[in-house]
Amino acid sequence: MSTVIKGGLVIDQTGERTADVVVDDGRIVAVGTDLSGDEILDASGCVVAPGFVDLHAHLRQPGAEEAETIETGSWAAIRGGFSAVVAMPNTNPPIDCAAVVQEVLALGAKAPCDVYTSGAITVERKGAQLAPMAEMAELGVRLFTDDGNGVQEAGLMRRAMEYAAGLGVILAQHCEVDSLAAGGHMHEGEWSSRLGIPGVPAEAEELMVMRDIALSRFTGAPVHFQHLSTRGSIAMVRAARQAGVAVTAEAATHHFTLTDEDCASYDPVFKVNPPLRPADDRDAVREGLADGAVDAIATDHAPHTMDAKERPFDQAPPGMLGLETALALALTELNLPVAEVVGLLSWRPAAIAGLKGVHGGPIVPDAPANLCVFDPQETWTVDPHDTASRSRNNPYAERTVRGRVRHTIVGGQTVLVDQVMRP
Amino acid sequence: MKHLLSINDLGADGINEVCRLADLFTEVSQRPIPKVPALRGKTVAMLFYEDSTRTRLSFEVAARRLSADVMGFSVSSSSVNKGESVRDTVNTISAMGPDALVVRHRSAGVPHQVTGWTSAGVINAGDGWHEHPTQALLDCYTIRDRLGSVAGRRIVILGDIKHSRVARSCVMAFTSLGAKVTLVAPPTLLPPAVDSWPVDVSFSLDAVLSDCDVVYGLRVQHERQAEALLPSLREYTAQWGLTVDRAARLPVGALVMHPGPVNRGVEIAPEVLDQPNATLNEQVRHGVAVRMAVLYLLLAADPDLHPEGEAS
Ligand SMILES: [Zn+2]
Repeated sequence: MSTVIKGGLVIDQTGERTADVVVDDGRIVAVGTDLSGDEILDASGCVVAPGFVDLHAHLRQPGAEEAETIETGSWAAIRGGFSAVVAMPNTNPPIDCAAVVQEVLALGAKAPCDVYTSGAITVERKGAQLAPMAEMAELGVRLFTDDGNGVQEAGLMRRAMEYAAGLGVILAQHCEVDSLAAGGHMHEGEWSSRLGIPGVPAEAEELMVMRDIALSRFTGAPVHFQHLSTRGSIAMVRAARQAGVAVTAEAATHHFTLTDEDCASYDPVFKVNPPLRPADDRDAVREGLADGAVDAIATDHAPHTMDAKERPFDQAPPGMLGLETALALALTELNLPVAEVVGLLSWRPAAIAGLKGVHGGPIVPDAPANLCVFDPQETWTVDPHDTASRSRNNPYAERTVRGRVRHTIVGGQTVLVDQVMRP
Repeated sequence: MKHLLSINDLGADGINEVCRLADLFTEVSQRPIPKVPALRGKTVAMLFYEDSTRTRLSFEVAARRLSADVMGFSVSSSSVNKGESVRDTVNTISAMGPDALVVRHRSAGVPHQVTGWTSAGVINAGDGWHEHPTQALLDCYTIRDRLGSVAGRRIVILGDIKHSRVARSCVMAFTSLGAKVTLVAPPTLLPPAVDSWPVDVSFSLDAVLSDCDVVYGLRVQHERQAEALLPSLREYTAQWGLTVDRAARLPVGALVMHPGPVNRGVEIAPEVLDQPNATLNEQVRHGVAVRMAVLYLLLAADPDLHPEGEAS
């Protein structure tokens, strides 16, 4: 059975054109005018884009199924227009060996989007001993991170980079120097001072960015910086790229949308790691996404139960939902051409995750049919209860945003039609 | 005003109103039967997650002198140990219909969170490093009582300001009433971004001692040594302690204040506490009248009603 996406503006890395797209048997079979198919998906007034790729999703399985499962998180991804997500390894047990990778991939095989997993850099993400990266790489793991923690020890990070480069995989770093960040629960600055909440200084992130740029230059191994949140970090990455160092970077949706002032409500829904920063840092994240210093938008989708997010601010876990709102916030907040937003969400992260040719376009005959159709003009109001996620820790409640996903196609299967999930 | 979470909820006018009411309640407290029926039929629930005998007792006495019923809830010993969340506890207490919850918690912001879970008024009795508004109010009342006014006074706040909820409330209260506040501490015990606070900062107590109307000492805890914020308490006392020698250099009539409990011999010498310009006992005494004023402001049906008028 074939599906035709009618009347949309097709956007991929090769440009834009108004065209119909026909999908059959998992592949794009035709792109052109006046095409037909067995099922018709209306795309008039909409953009037809490569399915989005999230480099940074916490799917919580195994271990925290009360907050999210690979299945529920994948449906949230589908509602957000993502055809692929990279799961973070801070599960219980952590994804630090072949057995857990296999478990996650087996669950992911039944999920509506393509689920890739990262692997931990160190055993149990404890930063002491290298995890068996080769056996995980054999199973297809392309991105390694201790996310949730940074690798504290410079000597160990050096060895990890050398080892990873030999395997042709990439290391991704959650940049945070523990000895500066320990005990902190929000950005250290004017607001933490007023609110009496212990802070995490920007320097906790920037010192590790600085160190890993030096190590990347030294070893020649690529390193990807996760969820950069400060002006200093972004400036260093920009300069390092110009100097030819093999670094890439992502920014999380909330770091270009929210600021530390949001914590003044003491609502732990605004607690996240790295923390929300002042407006100047938020603006720097926007600038970095606009000028290419930052490659990709990642969601850092981090579900937590209501109970966990109703604890006192300093006892609640960090993290917020992001998969279902990423596109709309990017279109609403970034002031970038739609095509650039699409790139930040699709072909650019796909390249970092090693998914080129599978996800992220281009939209041409014979390519795998991983697509997303969205209306760039539709405005809607975020309702935390209207979600596919098992959790509700959405910090954008009652915010009116612009841009809404209509249809999502993964591997040729239409899994979302007019925002309605089709299991 | 429904809640008292921060001194900012009151502003200068609100602080002055509390002080005016506290004058009336001080008079009530001196009567043979120190009780008025102003809050008869109202219930005040105490929700203390942190031991604080003096603050809790002060609120309880204040509520009883206004004829309110007091609901004690001994959180530390019961439900918290069974893993009950703050929200569950607040729901349980709220089901009993209190008019106000007095909340003390070791984490900043818990009183704010509680307002979302109850229809009762919420009074912040100290939350983490954030605020302790009724302490600042009784301190304003004490300064006003001793020196006539807070406006124009030069007030030195001395000690561990970074970790002090009292300091945050006092800075707001004193400056909104027009005092000039100078924080004195080693840099490691100052809050971050202190330049955004409406204060002067000095690292030397000796430099400001002879030029102030009030020295307000804060408790310096032993943990600060282990956290590498101080080399040693001995060095702290030598540099920043209010020793007998330093107290002797204070201008005549300058007050020595402290929210208690005092680490005797660390931040203030015991002899200094016994001098007539030390106000620690008055602060405790004024605490009752000031908390009566706060409860009255929040709970009385007609806050303009004069309490004597209602006295039976
Ligand atoms: Zn992270």
